[in-house]
Amino acid sequence: MIWKRKDLLGLERLSKAEIETILSTAASFKEVSTREIKKVPALRGKTVVNLFYEPSTRTRMSFEVAAKRLSADVINVAIETSSVRKGETLIDTGRNIEALKADIIVMRHSSSGAAAILAKKVNANVVNAGDGWHEHPTQALLDIFTLKEKTGKIKGLKVCIIGDIAHSRVARSNIWGLTKLGAEVTVCAPRLLIPPEIEKMGVKVSDDADKAIKGVDAVNVLRMQFERDEETAFPQRLEYFKNFGITRERLSKAGTSIIVMHPGPINRGVEISSEVADGASSVILEQVTNGIAVRMAVLFLVAGGEKKKT
Amino acid sequence: MRVLVKNSRIIDASQNLDKIGDIFIESGKIKNVGKNISPNADKIIEASGKIAIPGLVDMHVHLREPGREDKETIESGTLAAAKGGITSVLAMPNTEPAIDCIDSVERVKEIIKKNAKVNVFIAAAITKNRAGREVTEVKKLKNHGVLAVTDDGSSVDDTDIMHRALCAAAKEKILVICHCEDKKLSALGQVNKGFTSTRMGLRGISKESEYNRIKRDIDLAAKTGSRIHIAHVSCRESVEIIAKAKKRGIPVTAETAPHYFSFDESEIWGFDTNKKMNPPLRCADDVLSLKQALAEGVIDAVASDHAPHTENEKDVEFDKAAFGVTGLETELSACIKLVEEGLLDWLQLTRLIAYNPASILGINKGSLRPGSDADIVLVDADKKWRVTRDGFVSKSKNSCFIGKTLRGVVECTILNGQIIYKNESIPG
Repeated sequence: MIWKRKDLLGLERLSKAEIETILSTAASFKEVSTREIKKVPALRGKTVVNLFYEPSTRTRMSFEVAAKRLSADVINVAIETSSVRKGETLIDTGRNIEALKADIIVMRHSSSGAAAILAKKVNANVVNAGDGWHEHPTQALLDIFTLKEKTGKIKGLKVCIIGDIAHSRVARSNIWGLTKLGAEVTVCAPRLLIPPEIEKMGVKVSDDADKAIKGVDAVNVLRMQFERDEETAFPQRLEYFKNFGITRERLSKAGTSIIVMHPGPINRGVEISSEVADGASSVILEQVTNGIAVRMAVLFLVAGGEKKKT
Repeated sequence: MRVLVKNSRIIDASQNLDKIGDIFIESGKIKNVGKNISPNADKIIEASGKIAIPGLVDMHVHLREPGREDKETIESGTLAAAKGGITSVLAMPNTEPAIDCIDSVERVKEIIKKNAKVNVFIAAAITKNRAGREVTEVKKLKNHGVLAVTDDGSSVDDTDIMHRALCAAAKEKILVICHCEDKKLSALGQVNKGFTSTRMGLRGISKESEYNRIKRDIDLAAKTGSRIHIAHVSCRESVEIIAKAKKRGIPVTAETAPHYFSFDESEIWGFDTNKKMNPPLRCADDVLSLKQALAEGVIDAVASDHAPHTENEKDVEFDKAAFGVTGLETELSACIKLVEEGLLDWLQLTRLIAYNPASILGINKGSLRPGSDADIVLVDADKKWRVTRDGFVSKSKNSCFIGKTLRGVVECTILNGQIIYKNESIPG
C-alpha cells in the first residue's frame, strides 16, 4: 500500500495495513545497517530536525542514526523546558525550524498531544518521538517489529505489558499497535498505576504479576519512573521488585521461552533482574538495533516514500 | 416610536403562545400580540416565514472587561450577543480586578452605559477577590443592582465560609450561582477522567469533583434557605442530585451549556484546544442525561458560559491551553438542534433560553407579554450556516463549533423596540 500520511503522531489512528507497511519497509531497511557502507541515498538532500524538549539519549540517537543512514542532514535541537517557558511557543519554534527549510521534525515533548498540535501548524512532516503520557509510536513499532521477527507473527500472540501503565506512552502505543494486529494484551501494574477504563482500549487488566504473565509469549517490561510522578502513591522500589519485578524465578514459573522486552533505559533490580536483562530470553539490545530500521522506515515513508524513491 | 412585526410565528412560553400573528411595539414595550392588529405603525417589519421569540437571556457570560480587553470587551461581547439573538446577559465577576465591591460595580455600570449593545446585568463575587476567604458586602452589592453573587470560575472551598455567604445571601434574598468543583479532586485535570484521560495521556477531571460539590452546596441551601443556581451542569450524577433536591423543595435551579449537550468527550480526542473547557465534555450517556433533563425541566436554563480567550492562550500545548469556549453566537442554533431532534418543542425551548433565566434572575425579560420590554429575535429556523473562525463578531474565536454546520439563523434582533442586529439577507 502507498503511505499517504504527512505525519506519524501515534498508532491509535493508524490502520492495520499502515502499521504493516511500516513493518515491511523496516524489514527491507534492516539490511542497510549490516553493510560495510551503511548508507542509502533515500533522503539525500532532506533535512531532519530532532527537536527534543525532554532529555533522551537512545531515541534521539536512534533517530539521528536512522536519518544519517538514509543520507539526510540531521540537526539536533535540545530545548530546556525552563528556558522555553520564558521564550517562544511550541508553534513558533516549529515554524522557525520550518523556515530553515527542514523537511521532517522529529519531536519529543513532555505535553501529551504536542506533536498533534505542531503537525497542524507546520507543513513539515512531524514524527512523534514521545509526547507526555500519550504515545511513543516508533518505540511500539520497534517492539512489534522485534516480536514479529522472533515469533513470525503478531496475530494471536499473548503479550503482557508490565509497569507504570498510567504514565507510559510506550504502553499506550503498544496497546494500539498490538491489538490492531490481533495480539492479546494484558496490562499489569499496582492498582494506582493503572489508568481508569483502560480495558476500553481492548486489553485485560491485572495487578497480579504471576497471573498476568502466565503462559504469555512476551513480556514488555516498562521502566519504573519513581522520579516522575511524586503525587501518586507508589510502592517502594524493593516492594515493587518483589511483587512485579521480572526475575528468572518468576519467568520460569510463567512458562518457557517467554520473550523479554524493555524500552530502556533499564533499572536493574527495580523492574527487572540483571539475570533476566542479560539472559537468553532478553531481546533488549535487538530492540535497539531494530529501532534504527523502524525509524528509517518511518522517516522514509513520511517524507514521501515510494513516490520519491526514484 | 411604534413598530409592527408582521406575520411571524410567535412563540412565547410565558403565555403558552405558539401562533402566527403580529407584535405591536410602542415606546420600547410590547403593546399587543395578536392577529390582524393593524394600528398605525411608524415602522413595519415583515417577518412571514420567520419565528419570533423573546430575546434570549444568557445568564452565564464572561465579558472580560475590565482587565482582559484583549479577549473581549463589553462592547464586542454584546455585539456578539446581539448577533446570537441574545438581548440580556449576566456578566460574570471573574474580571481583573474581580467585581467584588460597589466601586467596581459602579465602574462596570459606567462602561455598560457607554458601550453595551444589549442589556448587561451584573453578577458580583461572593468573596473578596474571589479568593474564598472573606464574604463580600452582599447587601450593598444588591442595592447597587447586582442580580447574583458567585465566585464563578472557582468554588468557595471552605464550607464554613460558603455557609456564611449563603446566610448573607438568604437574608438579602439574592441568588447565589455555584461553580461546583472540588479542586482537590480535579487539580491539574485536563479532560474527562476515564477512557478519555487514559487514551489521551492526560490527567482527568472526575465527575465526582463536580457532583460532590453540588451536593454540598445543595445541603447548604437547604440549611440556609438561600436560593442557589448550579452553573454548567455536565453529567448524569449532577442531574440526579439536582432532581432529588428539587423534589425535596430545596430552592435550587440549574443550567447547562450548549457544548455539554452537543458533544461528547470523543470530540476532544484530536487534542483540539478549542474543545477544552471546565467542566470537560463528558460521556455519551451524560449527553443523553442532560438532554432528558432539559426536556423534563430538571435543568431550568441553557446558558452559554461564553469564555473568550486569545489565540495565544489556545494555540499552545493542550495542558497549557486555557479552559473555556465562546458561545454567544452559536447558542441559539445549538438549542434549535434539540427541537429538530424532537426532544423539545419551541415553547420548551423559549422557556429554557429566555423565560426561565429571566425568572431566575428576577428581570422583566424573556417574555412577549404586553408590558414587557420589546426584546425580540426573528429567526429563520430552517436556514443552515457553517460556523467559521472568521465569521465571529466576538474578539475571540475559541468556539468548539468551528467547522460544524448548524441550523437556525438569527435574522433580526430587537432591543427595546429598536433593531440592533440585522442579517444582511432580510430586506427593509
